[in-house]
Amino acid sequence: MNIEQLIDLVYILSAALFIFGLKWMGHPRTARKGNLTSSLGMLIAIIATLFSQGIVSYKFIVIGLLIGSVVGIVAARLVGMTSMPEMVAVLNGFGGISSLLVGVVAYLVNKNLDTFSAVTVILSVIIGGVTFTGSIIAWGKLKEVITGRPIQFFGQQFVNAAILIGILILAVMYSMNPAASTNYLWAIILISFLIGVMSVIPIGGADMPVVISLLNSYSGIAACAAGFVMNNTLLIVAGSLVGASGIILTNLMCKAMNRSLSNVLFSGFGSVVAGKNSAKIEGEVKPMSVEDAYYVLEAASSVLIVPGYGLAVAQAQHAVRELADFLEENGCEVGFAIHPVAGRMPGHMNVLLAEASVPYEQLKEMDEVNPTIETADVCLVIGANDVVNPAAREDKESPIYGMPIINVDQARTVIVLKRSMGAGFAGIQNPLFFKNNTRMLFGDAKGSVQGLVAEFKSD
Amino acid sequence: MDPSSIVFLAFILILSIFLGFELIAKVPSTLHTPLMSGSNAISGITLLGAISLTGAETGNDQLALYLGTAAVAFATMNVVGGYLVTDRMLEMFKAKGKK
Repeated sequence: MNIEQLIDLVYILSAALFIFGLKWMGHPRTARKGNLTSSLGMLIAIIATLFSQGIVSYKFIVIGLLIGSVVGIVAARLVGMTSMPEMVAVLNGFGGISSLLVGVVAYLVNKNLDTFSAVTVILSVIIGGVTFTGSIIAWGKLKEVITGRPIQFFGQQFVNAAILIGILILAVMYSMNPAASTNYLWAIILISFLIGVMSVIPIGGADMPVVISLLNSYSGIAACAAGFVMNNTLLIVAGSLVGASGIILTNLMCKAMNRSLSNVLFSGFGSVVAGKNSAKIEGEVKPMSVEDAYYVLEAASSVLIVPGYGLAVAQAQHAVRELADFLEENGCEVGFAIHPVAGRMPGHMNVLLAEASVPYEQLKEMDEVNPTIETADVCLVIGANDVVNPAAREDKESPIYGMPIINVDQARTVIVLKRSMGAGFAGIQNPLFFKNNTRMLFGDAKGSVQGLVAEFKSD
Repeated sequence: MDPSSIVFLAFILILSIFLGFELIAKVPSTLHTPLMSGSNAISGITLLGAISLTGAETGNDQLALYLGTAAVAFATMNVVGGYLVTDRMLEMFKAKGKK
């Protein structure tokens, strides 16, 4: 058996480790082991590749590995849990650009490609390029360097169509005679960067969970395309596992918003104002003080906490956990109801609450809490808005009509912690705030929760 | 590339896609963020391609060499950063009574 065959055997083992790793990622108890297993699979694959006979010099590999490791380790250590969506976006982008570069370099070292290989180079370059700039724009939107509002302009669809036709023509011309078409490839790279930018700027901040999932999927597909370029089976297996997982998450996120993927990608949701025929909101806003809220909570025997992006912004997760502890000490049953698209990426709230050591059994999914929500004494809405907006159920004119929500308005009392009366990310009025059983606790979420904790302490 | 190896690779592609769907479909939403960053790290597998290309380059083509090195660096950031950050997150997921 020669060395190349041995490497292939290691690749099989590594693929199996990825599969077991992903399988174990499916339960909180085994997830950490799963991640370690998958990283072990990656490690042995990298080591095996380093023994490949085609490698004549290690100098530049070592340089690249060193730079990448240092940056990776530092970034992973420093990033805060609140910034996890940005981190994932950036890492996605890095995966994309490296697939793009693999395609380019594979071409540069051997320009006499047959048509099939030329097409695979094009695919890894385009998908990698779109993933790269798309992720960077998503990062900018999450970081609020770029406005979270959808960016749209007149004739956008036509510009996009023109870009797509342009890249198709270039791709065909390149594939027909790759050896003499280096300049076409550069043009294709530039246009793929442009597509990445154009496809993410019209998407609003509230739709970021979908975009992040989709870009995650793209980075896998890009790796898959690079696998075809390199004729490497492990790249194809691992890449398509990631591609499939990203698509599943994308689909789940779309379902949680009752919207199709094309609607998310092209409609510029959030730029439209709710229809004029929208039902008039009746009732008045009833503010309450921290002290009043304390008396309500103190008397409650079951409290459901509904967190949203505002919790992340206010960094209130630790204070909220402290409040939950006091409530439990007080003999109250406490649960956290988490909407699938609360926050800026799938599962964002769960990570924040886990950081504040809320046990995962207390984290409940929407479908789990809704059937029994009438029995909850108090729903404490912290920094969530659109995911608890009853207009999704009641107002047919509302842009979010039909979206599954956590039905907090059906609980006995709702306390909404909110900075001001401003509309949510989708820019839609929320009739919840005007309901009879709703009380508003205005102010910074963290400050209000800390105030409540202080009340419990002084008790 | 000869047709038989194209078919072979396509075969692997299709099976892995189905496998991916089966594996991920049952993950609870609690774990969606770690799943995403963990699978993101796996997509850094493109590092293997980057290593082979960069190592095979003798230095005749400076541009290819530099771009290859950049590919290795970016993919390594993806892999190392992705796994570490996922581990950091998962470390925090604890069951009741294990605070």
